[in-house]
Amino acid sequence: MTKKSAQQLALVDCNNFYVSCERLFRPDLAGRPVVVLSNNDGCVVSRSNEAKSIGIRMGQPWFQAKALAEEHNILALSSNYALYADLSNRVMNLLAEFSPRHEVYSIDECFVDLTGMLELRAVSYAMREKIMRWTGIPVCVGIGPTKTLAKLANFIAKKHPRSQGVFNYNALTEAQKVKLLSGIAVDEVWGVGRRLAPRLAKYGIETVQELRDAHAPTLRAEFGVMVEKIQRELQEVACVDVEEVTPPRKQIVASRSFGNPVQDVASLKAAVALFVENACGKLRSQQSHASMLQVFLRTNRFRADLPQYHPSTAVPMVTPTDSSLVINRWAGILIDQIWRPEYAYKKAGVMLSEITPNTQRQNDLFAEPEQAEDSKLMAVLDRVNQRYGRGVLRISSQDAGEEWGMRQERKSPAYTTCWDDIPVVA
Amino acid sequence: MCNTVQIYSILDAMQPIRIQAVPVPLPGFIASVPAGFPSPAADHSQKRIDLNEHLIRNKEATFLFRVRGDSMSGIGIYEGDTLLVDRSIDPRHNAIVLAVLNNEFTVKRLYRRGGVVKLISENPIYPPIQIKQGEELLVWGVVTFNLHKLY
Repeated sequence: MTKKSAQQLALVDCNNFYVSCERLFRPDLAGRPVVVLSNNDGCVVSRSNEAKSIGIRMGQPWFQAKALAEEHNILALSSNYALYADLSNRVMNLLAEFSPRHEVYSIDECFVDLTGMLELRAVSYAMREKIMRWTGIPVCVGIGPTKTLAKLANFIAKKHPRSQGVFNYNALTEAQKVKLLSGIAVDEVWGVGRRLAPRLAKYGIETVQELRDAHAPTLRAEFGVMVEKIQRELQEVACVDVEEVTPPRKQIVASRSFGNPVQDVASLKAAVALFVENACGKLRSQQSHASMLQVFLRTNRFRADLPQYHPSTAVPMVTPTDSSLVINRWAGILIDQIWRPEYAYKKAGVMLSEITPNTQRQNDLFAEPEQAEDSKLMAVLDRVNQRYGRGVLRISSQDAGEEWGMRQERKSPAYTTCWDDIPVVA
Repeated sequence: MCNTVQIYSILDAMQPIRIQAVPVPLPGFIASVPAGFPSPAADHSQKRIDLNEHLIRNKEATFLFRVRGDSMSGIGIYEGDTLLVDRSIDPRHNAIVLAVLNNEFTVKRLYRRGGVVKLISENPIYPPIQIKQGEELLVWGVVTFNLHKLY
């Protein structure tokens, strides 16, 4: 791969995505500083422009921001992933109409290959306009010859109001490119980040242009092949391909930190039953079975004053299964094996692996075949929860023990995914 | 019922290994064998009508809203009804729209003629709301259907 890339690769990125989703159904939030918090209401994960200009930082722990928030009347919301996922799907489905080659990169980002299209600016504005109109979500479009440069172009589209949300790196002359890249700090480059930036600075690499121009063999020797790849992407040599189809997952992990530390075994089993339900739901939605189950527990790593214990255990299942009930029975047995009463647990999780599609399932000759009733029951469970909201129908052990759940004190309704939650109009 | 069988491992003759033996039903015929007359309709079967296809033209742009109040009762939109709202449709004169007024959602008939923009209720006790020059009216979407429960 030495040829210069002639790709016209667009990165479409939703602006302040979680906040934009919340605002769609809360017209009263327009113009008001809003942030969305991570699981357990821990850190800031999305900020409105107003919150940004007040000085709330991305990833900032909420308790640190509280004083500022009260002073400026900032509204903080818990994350509402059902809503974000639905709006994300709408945005991604619309983007798919613009090019046969596209890759959903994250919940709010998508690469769209516009190579060979005429009127790139017009197409980009059409994408922006259509997504805003149809879904109410504002997006920015950055175009470049490689994924890394498309991402950088998107950063510029977001930063500079004059771009009106679209920036095409390919339209620049070499002199303009040098000038632009010399003005951007190297940690804005995809894959560089805050940890690598200080190390690069020691070699005199502080701007994107300096990374682009750096001595390649030294770069590779000091920082490895990943940074060399980043440099080549900046030099317009495509090293990261557009992956159009996400392969079905080989492992499914469901885990979460607890709002409050959990000590008793019934509460742990309740939490793990929920994780099993979530993981099995994903498994069923990709029409697969798993035949390996792993369960793990964690104490709080950040509390060095408390005794630490991070056990994990796994069991192979004779017959591959997608039944929440079967897997939950095994998970309960595994927890009994690893649970010790003297520790306070901060996190637990399950992992399903050895995943095979339903069409390739291998039954064991000597084992009892899975009950057909079980798969009917699971289908009903999935449909009921689809219609009435997650967790309406659940394994009863989820309700045992004391309250461990996520702290989500400020969550908005599931406006688009739950019949009882749809927004009200007067 | 589970029977417990004990066999002896080759590796450690002193350690019995428990094996759970359970009855294994063998599947017989999976496909059904048709008997009698074939259905005369078999060659003419079609997919059953799907309401989604008829009610939702642009599924990525369609959202549901629940009605509160009686300001549109004149055209059969009542408290508790569910509206289908399509954001992609142009809000023309006379369309029933979901608008944002004073930071709140409202459903009204849109009047736009000769530079005059009004939101009209379909209930005589609510006067029309005139949008004055310089005021901004945001039309969130166009109402395409009303689902009204009758039982």
